[in-house]
Amino acid sequence: MKTPNFKHRNWLGALALGTLVLLAGCERPPMESTQNGYRGTGMVQVVNPRIQADVLAVNQVPAAQPPAGADGPKAGQIYQNVKVLGDLSVGEFTRLMVNMTAWVAPEQGCNYCHNGANFADDSLYTKVVARRMVQMTQHINTDWKAHVAETGVTCYTCHRGNPVPKEIWFTADSQPQGSNFIGNKMGQNTPADSVKLASLPYDPFTSYLLKDEPIRVNATKALPTSGGQGESIQRTEKTYALMTHMSASLGVNCTFCHNTQNFGKWDGAPPQRVTAYHGIRMARDLNLAYMEPLTEVFPTNRKGELGDVAKMNCATCHQGVNKPLLGVPMLKDHPELAAYRPYTAAAPAAPDAAATPATPADAAPKPAQ
Amino acid sequence: MQYQNLFTTVQAVGPVHHGIELGSGQDTPRFGKTPGIVHLFGRFGNAQVGPIYLGALGMASILFGVLAFNIMGLNMLASVNWDPIQFVRQLFWLSLEPPAAGAGLGLAPLNAGGWWQIAGLFLTISILLWWARTYRRARALGMGTHVPWAFAAAIWLFLVLGLIRPVLMGSWSEAVPFGIFPHLDWTAAFSLRYGNLFYNPFHALSIAFLYGSTLLFAMHGATILAVSRFGGEREIEQIVDRGTASERAALFWRWTMGFNATMESIHRWAWWFAVLCPLVGGIGILLTGTVVDNWYLWAIKHGVAPPYPDVFPAVMDPALAPGAK
Repeated sequence: MKTPNFKHRNWLGALALGTLVLLAGCERPPMESTQNGYRGTGMVQVVNPRIQADVLAVNQVPAAQPPAGADGPKAGQIYQNVKVLGDLSVGEFTRLMVNMTAWVAPEQGCNYCHNGANFADDSLYTKVVARRMVQMTQHINTDWKAHVAETGVTCYTCHRGNPVPKEIWFTADSQPQGSNFIGNKMGQNTPADSVKLASLPYDPFTSYLLKDEPIRVNATKALPTSGGQGESIQRTEKTYALMTHMSASLGVNCTFCHNTQNFGKWDGAPPQRVTAYHGIRMARDLNLAYMEPLTEVFPTNRKGELGDVAKMNCATCHQGVNKPLLGVPMLKDHPELAAYRPYTAAAPAAPDAAATPATPADAAPKPAQ
Repeated sequence: MQYQNLFTTVQAVGPVHHGIELGSGQDTPRFGKTPGIVHLFGRFGNAQVGPIYLGALGMASILFGVLAFNIMGLNMLASVNWDPIQFVRQLFWLSLEPPAAGAGLGLAPLNAGGWWQIAGLFLTISILLWWARTYRRARALGMGTHVPWAFAAAIWLFLVLGLIRPVLMGSWSEAVPFGIFPHLDWTAAFSLRYGNLFYNPFHALSIAFLYGSTLLFAMHGATILAVSRFGGEREIEQIVDRGTASERAALFWRWTMGFNATMESIHRWAWWFAVLCPLVGGIGILLTGTVVDNWYLWAIKHGVAPPYPDVFPAVMDPALAPGAK
């Protein structure tokens, strides 16, 4: 009587234990679900508050330093080889340099970008890149308000204390293994981080955030129209891969931007989709106009396996939240990054002329302004 | 408790039998001269294993099937640099992909879909040969051909997905890749591309038959197990000679829902539900892209789906704005 029961209990115990072990890989419930659309349509945002706590913690803005006076001589007059921020007062300029060190190279210090013996020297590639990145930040805050609004971005939005932002991408090899005879991965079917370990195409970035391949795949009419070629299922998978990246980068569900009854439809979709539309084009613009031209400036160890420069995607700024740094307008404390500050405006010709001989070595790779 | 049976507890094993003689040369390739008794198999089905009849059709089917299987497997293995450990770790992700979009219906280069075409051809040949085999075996035993025709319903869906629809669409790229996760990605992308397959009425019908099949299977299986203490598992005898098991089972369903199937008709219900699931599903797939491009818009146009009130502020497609980037 006892023996069979005991035997069964052992089996049941082992079964329960095994189930618990398997469940250990899951996120613990309960999730928080917020309705954002019409009732009964599944338009909800689901977050795990325990994971969300960590995400919120890493998206805090560092305390701003007291503003510097705009009076006094301009940086372009006092310092040599100031090409982008010459219109700032010396106080503003110094404050920004100190902030940039804290944002980008807190451990390495000034010498990460500057030659310690001559701060005007452009011999370190990091200085050339940093100058271009300041221009890029001003460009974003001036020309991409459709995406960043008045919140804007600073160096910290992407860098977060890292010399190289954590979230960057390189063009991936579409067939890393095999030969030209067998074993073609066709750029997919790999548990890749870029697509949250799905078997979707693992490099949607090159197609959409560098090249201008069409993202839309849905037909806009009920019945097929002639000439509707190209919107293939394979292209849909690539679009799906990009959307997976966006969803993961922003920490949101599909329904944050789309009415999922019909993904392609604009009317009846959340307005955030318009912001995202501009974000895709912003990332493409920045990669093409700012990152790609810097390819020759970067040393080999900073480049991807195919020799391309590091580029940005949604995660570079967003880092798990739909508004980077939780939407705190850090830019208002750093107006020098909000708009172009052409050094020619206030600086007389003298510092300009002085700058020229200081940079003969790397004149060639320097990007146009 | 003895008759609350969910698992086979008693194995009644009689003398093993080799099956009836068919004559006309059909007994020669039957191998397993002395059929074996495997206790473990008896837990799930009949304990007797063999004899197996393969014949020319079966041998040819297995040959083509193995070729297709190996082409898929070797492509997957090559895609992880012939590393057996990575092959196992990434197996669910690996795939043999059809030709790319724009390649049309021609022969593709081997490594750009050509292997997929060869594997697909061999797999199709293998499946069709196996179907012919099931048909001929059923006929040889003097049975009806219900099993081959049920199998044919599944083959219909297979052919629609991999052959008929791609040909109508003019591109092999529309077909399904050979891979575990990749074929699921294909399914998701198929619905996304064609405006949400949930608005496809044939998809809805297919789901109804799928869920209906599981419901019928559960009702029938449960009923028979529940009356097995009265000999209910001897269904065929009960069709012509209704015993107390049949009477009780029928009364149970009349009590609970006022109507009951018979020992015979329940199997017709099951057969039709199971067969209609891939049959209408295949029709739904076939219509997608060929005659309907966006199922959501189609459903709205024809009043199949209700429009919901807009709760978001109206937005315009920014691509339509003047000077859109």
